[in-house]
Amino acid sequence: MINGILQIVIYLGVLLALTRPLGIYMRRIYEGELPSFVRWLQPAEDLFYRVCGIDKQEMRWTRYALAMLWFSLLGVLAVYLLQRLQGMLPLNPQGMGAVTPDSSFNTALSFVTNTNWQGYAGETTMSYFTQMAGLTVQNFFSAATGMAVAIALIRGFARHTVETIGNFWVDMTRSTIYILLPLSVILALVLVGQGAIQNLSAYQAVTTLEATTYDNPKADASGNPLKDAAGNPVTEKVTTHEQVIAMGPVASQEAIKQLGTNGGGFFNANSAHPFENPTPFANFLSMLAIFLIPAGLCYTFGSMVGDTRQGWAILISMTILFAGFLAVVEYAELNGNPAFNALGVDQSISATQSGGNMEGKEARFGIVNSALFATITTAASCGAVNAMHDSFTPLGGLVPLAQIQLGEVVFGGVGSGLYGMLVYAVIAVFLAGLMIGRTPEYLGKKIEAYDIKMASLVILIPPLIILGGTAVAVMLDVGKSGIFNPGAHGFSEVLYAFSSAVGNNGSAFAGLSANTPFYNSALGFAVWFGRFWLIIPVLALAGSLAAKKRIPVSVGSMATHTPLFVWLLIGTVLLVGALNFVPALALGPVIEHLNMTGVH
Amino acid sequence: MFKEFRTALVSFVLLSLLTGIAYPLLVTGIAQATMPVKANGSLIVKDGKPVGSSLIGQSFSDPKYFWGRPSATGPMPDNASASGGSNLGPTNPALLDTVKTRVQALRDADPGNTAPVPVDLVTASASGLDPHISPAAAEYQLVRVARLRGIAPDAVRKLVAVHTEGRQFGILGEPRVNVLELNLALDALRKG
Repeated sequence: MINGILQIVIYLGVLLALTRPLGIYMRRIYEGELPSFVRWLQPAEDLFYRVCGIDKQEMRWTRYALAMLWFSLLGVLAVYLLQRLQGMLPLNPQGMGAVTPDSSFNTALSFVTNTNWQGYAGETTMSYFTQMAGLTVQNFFSAATGMAVAIALIRGFARHTVETIGNFWVDMTRSTIYILLPLSVILALVLVGQGAIQNLSAYQAVTTLEATTYDNPKADASGNPLKDAAGNPVTEKVTTHEQVIAMGPVASQEAIKQLGTNGGGFFNANSAHPFENPTPFANFLSMLAIFLIPAGLCYTFGSMVGDTRQGWAILISMTILFAGFLAVVEYAELNGNPAFNALGVDQSISATQSGGNMEGKEARFGIVNSALFATITTAASCGAVNAMHDSFTPLGGLVPLAQIQLGEVVFGGVGSGLYGMLVYAVIAVFLAGLMIGRTPEYLGKKIEAYDIKMASLVILIPPLIILGGTAVAVMLDVGKSGIFNPGAHGFSEVLYAFSSAVGNNGSAFAGLSANTPFYNSALGFAVWFGRFWLIIPVLALAGSLAAKKRIPVSVGSMATHTPLFVWLLIGTVLLVGALNFVPALALGPVIEHLNMTGVH
Repeated sequence: MFKEFRTALVSFVLLSLLTGIAYPLLVTGIAQATMPVKANGSLIVKDGKPVGSSLIGQSFSDPKYFWGRPSATGPMPDNASASGGSNLGPTNPALLDTVKTRVQALRDADPGNTAPVPVDLVTASASGLDPHISPAAAEYQLVRVARLRGIAPDAVRKLVAVHTEGRQFGILGEPRVNVLELNLALDALRKG
């Protein structure tokens, strides 16, 4: 128990200690004052701009949005084609064939939008070339896009009476080459040092110590599974001494998967796989990498608007929310599954076992680090998992779900977390303004009807798609047939899928069979709208704010760096989230919790 | 509009080459040159043949061996080319049935042992490839393994201790026992 608390305190301590240096570094990068240790890269950057025809001219928000959309559309096309054509492309030692059209569509949209929902299983579907040139690339680009949009919104607050919010190409390029790439190289190599693999070899067959006997499903000549008259798969007993171990360039993808809050694993088991996340220290660094840039950007924000206290206020609000959510997950998972007690199972916490609800968790992480990871990955829009969320206790699963539904503004995705939270801040000052009958202002900018409309779109579009999509899916047979667990938990699986897609998270209650044409298409559209229908209003807000005059602070201005504002912001996030999602959560995890604890 | 598209296209191609080809190949090159064993999967080689990876669990059902975490991979357990968990929810009757069967299998293998079964020994791991069990799960099986192999429990306990890793740096993660390495060491003991 004491050790568990210590691990969490060390994690938050290291994270907060890195916030300021990284925040300062990122401000300098985006403002073009490169620190000396990266200045040698500048000629390459300038050459890149010349070759691409980038004039570095400042853009209005509409042009900024257009550039971002072109770039994203190309990404969708490239990832789709790479999957469809991978059978003819190099670096495919396992001879993976073309991915189905609906799965390719879903994966392309999901990786371009920083969602990284995995309808597929990596090691049985994707060639190394697709993983590298398709998925790893989008891990960088979608993260860089999110960071660019956040910086554009910060400029909206920092500037006054101008029409422009920066140049998308410059912001995106600098995010990639000065921030994401160097951090990824370092992290990838440290992960290899811990045991993460990094090779281009074919899968490795080994001779196991003991023979395994299992029921192997039989297939006909064309590879389709055979079924008997009753529709059950036909199997034969097979005994083997062979274990085939999947290989690949894992560490390089793993590093950017966490740093870019992407979350799409190389393997199906994601960060639970020992080759992705081999040790507790690798796990610690993975968790650190998820929150690193989102936390740093809060400082960058404060620094760019000329008052670092504003950035800290946002970061403290996030940290308080995070601590509360984490406590619930840890408590629920450490308590274990009450139904096991009657079966002679020991779930107690002791020096020799982690105890608690160990279904779908790894021994090296135990409960403390599984619950911590789950809270981090859903606070951020990462979606990597080191434990299977579908097997969490009802309350342990409710928190990840609720965090995604709040819009992942607790640290959040790289860029998207900050711009999401700043939208909430705009709503918070608006609510405060209503209470006292004053025109709201934030950071010296008057918040007017247009700004509130844009902020409202960002707040209202996600619940509309999440709840609408879930409602449709649970009414259709194609939707219901994918459900794996019975009862209220099955409803949670569908609700989680749509929340995760719209929130661009990508984690899942993975029992849901989502690799079907229905879910691949529905969730594909959900990730797209969940990303760009929010980014476009955010950029419009940035443009509107940049054009406003700065009004001087007066005695009537509300201070937005005080504890009062921190609580107001936390209250706004929780209130908006509760109003939208409490009924849906009641139908899923809440009912299941009552069932589990004996209330019928 | 068209100029923006041309910029998008050229920068997309160039940055793809940088992040999708150059970056992974650079990391592969450095990793292979400096940490080849780890970069290639920490394989355990015996008599010139690979017999497993110290990071990947294998399936054990012979009572003479320590058993590892149950694995929900298909079609066989511990399938290292199709990782994954059971995804069974906490109130799913199928989960309770499965756990009940696993408890029974452990009891059948060791009839005299009435101690409660450590939870990690009857619940499926997240990856289906968990190479470790808790020290409690090793202790639970220790007397059985020693009896069936005809060696003193203390000799086995010593071996378990050798293959137990504490928390990393004394703080991070959980103490754990590497099952495959432990079983290999047990077999070596018998021969030696």
